[in-house]
This record gives sequence, C-alpha cells and structure tokens, in this order.
Amino acid sequence: MSIHVTLHLGYHDFALDLDLELPGRGVTALYGHSGSGKTTCLRCIAGLEKAGRGRIQINDEIWQDSQRKLFVPPHKRSLGYVFQEASLFPHLSVQANLEFGLRRIAKAQRRVDMNQATELLGIGHLLQRHPQHLSGGERQRIGIARALLTSPRLLLMDEPLAALDSKRKSEILPYLERLHDELDIPVLYVSHSQDEVARLADHIVLLSEGQALASGPVGETLARLDLPLAQGDDAGVVVQGQVSHYDPAYQLLTLQLPGSLLNVRVAHTPLALGKSLRFKVQARDVSLSLQDSEHSSILNRLPVTVRDEIPADNTAHVLVRLDAAGSPLLARITRYSRDQLNLHPGQQLWAQIKAVAVLA
Amino acid sequence: MSLSSADFSAIWLTLKLASLTTLILLVVGTPIALWLSRTRSWLRGPIGAVVALPLVLPPTVIGFYLLLALGPNGFFGQFTQSLGLGTLTFSFAGLVLGSVIYSMPFVVQPLQNAFSAIGSRPLEVAATLRANPWDTFFTVILPLARPGFITASILGFAHTVGEFGVVLMIGGNIPDKTRVVSVQIYDHVEAMEYAQAHWLAGAMLVFSFLVLLALYSSRKTKAGWS
Repeated sequence: MSIHVTLHLGYHDFALDLDLELPGRGVTALYGHSGSGKTTCLRCIAGLEKAGRGRIQINDEIWQDSQRKLFVPPHKRSLGYVFQEASLFPHLSVQANLEFGLRRIAKAQRRVDMNQATELLGIGHLLQRHPQHLSGGERQRIGIARALLTSPRLLLMDEPLAALDSKRKSEILPYLERLHDELDIPVLYVSHSQDEVARLADHIVLLSEGQALASGPVGETLARLDLPLAQGDDAGVVVQGQVSHYDPAYQLLTLQLPGSLLNVRVAHTPLALGKSLRFKVQARDVSLSLQDSEHSSILNRLPVTVRDEIPADNTAHVLVRLDAAGSPLLARITRYSRDQLNLHPGQQLWAQIKAVAVLA
Repeated sequence: MSLSSADFSAIWLTLKLASLTTLILLVVGTPIALWLSRTRSWLRGPIGAVVALPLVLPPTVIGFYLLLALGPNGFFGQFTQSLGLGTLTFSFAGLVLGSVIYSMPFVVQPLQNAFSAIGSRPLEVAATLRANPWDTFFTVILPLARPGFITASILGFAHTVGEFGVVLMIGGNIPDKTRVVSVQIYDHVEAMEYAQAHWLAGAMLVFSFLVLLALYSSRKTKAGWS
C-alpha cells in the first residue's frame, strides 16, 4: 500500500520537481505557503493538469507514466476531489449533486452508500435543498460527501476549509476527523494551516517552491529544527498519547507518551482507557528549569534531554529541541535564559508545559 | 384585404428559412463556440474574426462572394455540380447556406459568452465525478448554458428574418423559392403598393419588437455558479 508520485513540470515562472513516496493509508498533508506548488501537485495527481514528465502510482494502479506515454484521463481515475470552493452544480439539487458521481460508478464498486455518506457528514436534512440556499460550511460538507460517494481509491482535498471562516471551519473539522477514523480511504490534504495539519494528518510533505523539503510522520517532522516549520509563531510538536487514567474529582485526563512512562495531564471530559489521542504542545508554552519545582501551578513537568537549538524567528529567542523519553518537544525561550541556564546538548533538565491542546 | 397570398407565401418561406438556419447554426455553432471559449491555440483570434466578419461587412459583400463561390465557376458550385446537384444560386438551399454564414456571429457569440461564463471548474468537477466529456456536455454544460442557447436561438432566428442583402444577391426574387418577406416589401414599394408594404413592414416591426422584448425580459438574473 503506497503512493508514488514523480512530477516534473515547468511553467515560465514556476517549476515543480517532486519525487514522493507516500503511505497508502491515512491522511497525508501537502503543506506549504501559497505558490509552493501543493495545489498543482494535487491537480497533476488528479489528471486535471498534465505534467510533461511524471509517473503516478496509487497502490497497484498507474495513472500516469510519461515514459510509456500513459495518461489516464481524470474521469477514468478512481479518485475523489474536494475543491477549495465546494463547486456544487448550481442547476442540481443537493441530492442530484450527491448522485452525480454515485450514478456513474458500477454497483459492484460502490463501497460508500448514500446513507453512510449523508450520516457521516450530517447532511441528511439538506437533500431537497438547492446549493444557492446553503451556508458555506454545508456546501463544503456536501462537496466532500459527493466525492466520497464515488468510492474513490484516493481522496484529494485542496484546502477544503480555506474559504470558510473559523466558525465554519470548526464545524467541519470533526467531520473530517470522522472520515479519517471511519473510512479506509487514503487522503491527500493540501493545506497551509499548521493547525489543520496537526489535527488531521498522519504524514506531512513540506513543499516550498515546487520542491519537497521534507516528507515524514507528522510528529517527527513538525519537531525538526532544520525546517521552516519551526520558525512560525505556532511552532510546536504533535504527540500521539494514550489515555491511561481519568481523575473524575479534578476532571483530569492522563495521557501516556508513546513508548515511555512519562505522561501529561490535561483537563478534559472522560474518555475510555487505552484510547489514542493526539495533542499539540506549542514551543512558546514550554519553559525550562534546572530543577523540578513541585511548588508550581504547572501540572506537566517532564524530565528532558537537550538535543540542539537554533535561533528563533527573532534574535531575542532561541528554539530548543528536547527529548522526553523518545518524544520530541520544542521550547521557545529567550537567549538570555539560554545563557543563564548554560544550555548545551545532552544536558538534563525539566520542561514545564503550560498548555496541552488536545486535537483529536 | 390586408395580406395577399403572395405575402403569406413570403412569410411562410421566411419562417422556414429562419427556423432551418437557426437549427443548423445551433448544431454547427455549438462546437465552434465551445472551441473558441476553451482553446489556447493561436487560431482562436483568426477564427473568431472570421466568425464575426458578417457583423461588419455589408451584406452585399458576403452575397457577392457567395454568388461567385456557389456559381457554376465557383469552387463550391463545381463541387455541387460534380455531385449532380446543379448550383445552389437562386435556390432555397443556397439561401440557407448564405443565412448560416450571415447569422453565424449572432449564434456563436452568445454561446461563446455562455460557455466562458461557466468556466472550467464545473467541467473539472464533472471529470472527477467520472463523467466523460460527452456526458459532461449534456449533463453540465448544456443546462448551465441554457440562457445562452435561448439568446442564441432568438438572435439567430430574428437576424435571419431581417436578412435582405444576401438574399437579393444569391437568391434573387423567385416566388415560393427565394422571395422572403424583406424582398416582398421591397417589391411592394417598387410597385408603389404602399398599403401592402405597410402591412408587411408593420408585421415585421411588431415581430422584431416582440422578439427583443422576450429576450430582454428573460434576462433577469443569470444562474450563478456556487
């Protein structure tokens, strides 16, 4: 199960040069600024754009191989595409929009049915409506359901939330998470929002000026100091923890870090023991101390080892990469504190985590 | 007595000519308009200009060249003669051919505008939903371009009804064959039959006004693309 994409494409002011080996399951984020080539990459995979030289293999199907002059037209590729604007057909009702793709799939190949799709995206009550009378969030959910109903082998999503305000975004994100949990369809998700990537993606490809700077599991990749990811204000790490305890008196959930005895506690509603949960720790919420201070309101204090550091996006701060029994952490501290603590690689100290954001 | 039987025969011939011309233009004009609205080829400019020529040329110029081409020594005339069809000059078929060329821009341009307004997104969406190009044409382009088709049909029909110069040049004035309303009015005036001319001219005026009224009233709001 894997996706292999090689693309070489040049316009007069832009070139795409990619050679990607991606996991054939889960959500892979194509992350980068606008103009980095992420949408072009997605359009090439869909066949909406034709890269002069390229090879696209989705599990055991080959969609393009320029060496063998093979180019499968988009309508013969088993893919679902969700555009940034929902792009519903204005002349068709919601139901007819949903059935547009479904009707063109042989019955034997249908793995997602109408009930499942409408239930999954919560749009059952909208079927008789017309696209003109829907909110942006509703339209986008219908666009996603419409793509799913073609039972694609690969779902391509081009910034499906970018055109929505933050309220609509938070309305759709839970549906996307359910998609991820309940359907076994690999997803390529184009985004320039680190927040969305942290919540949804398992794997991340970092694109810049048509090139892949990095490609790897989201936890490791976000914590890499050598990538521009660490420079942003919202730099941080994403960790997959496991629920190991719940304290009903204080409403605190204990999450065990992978492969270690370390844990973090976070205020949360009760969850089943053993459930896997993703959380984000931002670099600016981590401070460092030479000793463990029990007399502190900060709940999460972890013994860590200093790995390395780089200058932060301003000259007053540095970004320190830490290792908490195998899990990466980032801390954004002042250069002054760094010198006061005399930080150096291999040093053992305590990380105080002011905030843990549970993502999913 | 208002309209004579010759007048009615001219009206009938005109309606027949305009209907047939519009029908042919919708079939021929749609692929041309589709191509003009989508292509990035350098030929787009030249072909677009050729299609638009009847907008600016005096009808007599078009009629003159058609007369040469369709006549016994013209390349098209030679072709029809070799098929045993004789020449198309001074025949209803020739009139249809002339009208198709003469009214072409009035059908192609509204269609081209309608197709351009649709943009490429709906076609891309249809392709990712497994619709092949023909399927997409009939289930997406055609319904979305409906206002354009209505405008194109009305303008093509009305413009053919109003044709005079080309008809006179290649069709002449043969009753029941090539004598259309505009020519009939001309004949009436030549013969000093002003009362007869009034009836026909008045009918044309009312007809043209009603057609345009229908056209402009139907253009309320364009179906938006969401």
